[in-house]
Formats: sequence, structure tokens, C-alpha cells
Amino acid sequence: MNGFFDRLVPIATIVAALIAIWYGFAVYLNSPWQIDRYEKAGVEWTMRDLARDTMSHERAILPAPHQIAVEIWKTTVEKKITSKRSLVYHASITLSSTLLGFIIGTILGIVLAVSIVENRAMDKSLMPWIITSQTIPILAIAPMIIVVLNAVGVSGLLPKALISTYLSFFPVAVGMVKGLRSPDLMLIDLMRTYKVSRLQLFWKLRLPASVPFLFTSMKVAIAASLVGAIVGELPTGAVAGLGARLLAGSYYGQTIQIWSALIVAAFMAAALVSIVSIASHYTLRRMGLQS
Amino acid sequence: MNDKDVIQAKDLCLTFTSNDGPVHALKNVDLNIAKGDFVSFIGPSGCGKTTLLRVIADLENPTSGSIIVNGMTPEAARLNRAYGYVFQAPALLPWRTIERNVGLPLEVMGMARTEANERVGHTLELVGLGGFGRKFPWQLSGGMQQRASIARALSFDADLLLMDEPFGALDEIVRDHLNEALLQLWKKTGKTICFVTHSIPEAVYLSNKIVVMSPRPGRVTDIIESDLPADRPLNIRESKRFLEIAQRVRLGLREGHSDG
Repeated sequence: MNGFFDRLVPIATIVAALIAIWYGFAVYLNSPWQIDRYEKAGVEWTMRDLARDTMSHERAILPAPHQIAVEIWKTTVEKKITSKRSLVYHASITLSSTLLGFIIGTILGIVLAVSIVENRAMDKSLMPWIITSQTIPILAIAPMIIVVLNAVGVSGLLPKALISTYLSFFPVAVGMVKGLRSPDLMLIDLMRTYKVSRLQLFWKLRLPASVPFLFTSMKVAIAASLVGAIVGELPTGAVAGLGARLLAGSYYGQTIQIWSALIVAAFMAAALVSIVSIASHYTLRRMGLQS
Repeated sequence: MNDKDVIQAKDLCLTFTSNDGPVHALKNVDLNIAKGDFVSFIGPSGCGKTTLLRVIADLENPTSGSIIVNGMTPEAARLNRAYGYVFQAPALLPWRTIERNVGLPLEVMGMARTEANERVGHTLELVGLGGFGRKFPWQLSGGMQQRASIARALSFDADLLLMDEPFGALDEIVRDHLNEALLQLWKKTGKTICFVTHSIPEAVYLSNKIVVMSPRPGRVTDIIESDLPADRPLNIRESKRFLEIAQRVRLGLREGHSDG
């Protein structure tokens, strides 16, 4: 219990500080427009009025945290999940493509890493391309992927998921290569004295040694997958998903809508990374790699 | 040539090429090791003692000369699993329990589960680790980890045990204890043991044959047959005979150093 509070207090302090700063900025950024309005209407105003009005603006430059909280409450708890205005509905669309992309990305990353470690030619030919792939801005390539795949008859969830894959396979491939190569020479010599086959060396030494590396890269990969899924929804005219909410919000100047989609995305990222962390903790503990 | 010889090296040379030119790790090494011998290889770092052990284990290929292990080439001996190798560090797989670490060679060899479990239990008892099989390596002290790695080398019952400074990283007290245990193990099992060390008392205490080596180029400068009795309590190290042998080893090492 003590440990829980030890961890909670610093986090809560930072959150409280961020919210306070946020309120400060909400008043500061929204006041020029509000003062302008007071003057046009010719009304007397106090600082108290200003604070109240800047924090309850419909289309504020920066909405106050409680406005966003109310919006999130309204669009999650108070809306039916099937409603097009429900954030749960949009989040689930994004989540499904995040997860599909993450799974494909992780598998692809592992397959690439294994072939790189086990095959010299693959090592020489693939690695430069894998690194180059990440220098292309995802925002530029995302619409291309959608368009090209549409042209060959693939539409729906998969094209979006492949954008997540594009971002998530990279950390997995790089982390796994490092993990598969992590056993030191002494352990490899040891295995040689037992006349192990290449396959045995892989299953009994390289693969188990790479598991901690895999989980570390999966934490990065799942967050990258979510970014990929949202980016995939932006330039493609998607009608559903958190990315679509962001885009629609910006078309109509609905800053509260944008911010609530962002906050939900952030919480989703935190939840996804936590799930991978828990899986990692549990697995490594079972393997005796963690006390 | 002798039928009883487990290892016969003749005119063995091994040269590594490095950026600063060739390094003569081993030069003209002649050596015969009989079955049941406890042989220590002693010398300063760079004298090739570990390299020689690695050549015997087929982890390194000699440049010239011949070496026969168990009547065959080192490669054939390795493929026949003729030896167990103990490294400087325990080299246990951290994700395996002690019993699964000790059973690793048996698993690789495809031995049946029940037989393997029996062997593992027996070998753990032999090194004094009975009851620790379910622990993970990090739950054991350094000395116990090294015992486990010895058990692993013994588990498949090879006649030859190659040990590369196995106790080098352990403190004096643990080391004494393990030295005693190793001697008993040797007596009990009658295995041929090749033991690399740079501690003179350790070499003299353990072996019936001490190979003194010197560096640049790595070569054998002296081979001392020890006539210490088979029963060796730790305090034999204060006896006159022990000190005489130790003195001869020390002289051999010094000689190798001055003309090296």
C-alpha cells in the first residue's frame, strides 16, 4: 500500500501542476477575444467575470480542463456507444486498427529480426532499408498506402492498420535484433560444446534471451501504432475514429471536441502501454528474469 | 604414444593474426595427459593456457601440429560429447532454474525426461546443491552458481572435465571449500581433469601434474609430477613437500618470465 502511495503522490503532483498551468493559459489565451467582446457590448467587467467567461467559452482558443472533462463525460457515458457522436465508438474504431496494426507489426518485426540474425545476406540487404523506411514522413506515405490498397481492392480496417504496422514494426525489429544477439560469446561457446544445432541454439539461447528486449520494444511499438492509426484517419477522409474527430473538430473550430479526442487518445496510449508493461512484468517474472 | 593417454599434443602451434602482426598464442607444445590425471595449467595471462584448453575443446583450431583427444580429433571428441567444459563465469542461463540449467546438455542430447531428471538430481547432490534445483541462478551465491555450472559439465558423464579458471572470481574461503569439494569429486568419479589457474597454491593443492607455461610465445616451460598423497586435507599446504613443489612452480614461472 505504501509503495502505491509512493508512486501516486509524485504523479498526482505533476498532474495538479499541469492542470493549474492549463487554467492559467486558458484565461490568458482567451481573454483578448473576451475583452474585445465586453468592449463591443459596452459592459463593465471585473477579473472575476473574465475568469468565468474565458473558462466557459464554446469555441475557446484553449478550452479549460473542466470543459473538456464535461465534453468527454457527455460523449462517453451519456451517449450510446452506437451513436456517431460517442467518443467510445470513435475510440473503438481507432483501437481496432491500432491493435491489428500492432499485431501485424510485431510479427513482421520479429520475422525480420530473425532473418537478419540468422542470415548474413539479409543482414546486409535489409537493415539499411528498414532504417530508411523510418525517415519517410508517415503523413506523406499514409494517403498513398490507402489509395494504392484501395486500387487493388483492399479497403476498410486493413489499410489503416498497415499504417500502424509501418510505424510499429521498426522498434520491434531493431529491439529483437539486439535481443537475439545479446547472448555473450561464453554462452555460445557453451552451447557449441554440447554440439547444438543452429535451431537448438536459436530456441534454447537466442530466443529466450531476446524476450526482455521484445517487451521493451513492444511498449514503444504499441504507442507508435496508436499514432499511426490516428494519422491514418487524418488525410483519408475517414468518417469514424479519433483522427476523424480531430479533423472534424478543426474544420468547425470545435476546440473542445479536438481536445477531448486528444485526451482520450492519450489515455488510450497510457492504457495500452500499461497492458504491455503488465504482460512484460508477468512474463519476465515467470522466466525468473525479474525479482 | 600410450593407450592410456586421453590427450596427446605434439608440436602444437596456434598463431592469431592481429593488427600488430601475428600473435603466437601457442608454440611447439608437447603434452601427454593420462586417463585419471588432474592436470593444472599455470602461467601469467597471455601464456596460452586458456587457448590450449580451448584447442582441446575444439573451440579454437591449431595452426599446426597435432592433437588427439580420446583417440580422435578434438572436433570428433566434441561431437561425441567427450568432455564437459566449465568457464570462468558460471554462464548459467538466467531464465532457467538450476535443475533446468544442469539438464540443458541432456535436453540438447535428447535424453528421455525421467532419465534426465534422475541424472540432474544425482549430479546436484554430487556438487552439494541438493534441494536448490528449483531456484533461479540469481537466488544463489557466486560459489553455488559455479557449483551448478560444474554439475552441468558433469551431468552427461563425460570422462574429461575441462575447467578454465572456474574459481578465479570467488573469494578465498569459498575457493578453498570448492577446491576440497573438487578433489573429492575427482576421487569419487576418477575423471580426467584439465584445470587452468593462475594461483600456485591452487595448482599444487589440486593436481598430480602441473604444466607451467610462459607467454610470448605461449609455451610449456616445465611439467611437474606431484607426489603429494591422494588424501589432501587443506593443511597439507603447510607441509614441506607442498612448499617445495610450489617453489619449483614459482621458479618455473619466473624463468619463463625473464627470458620471455
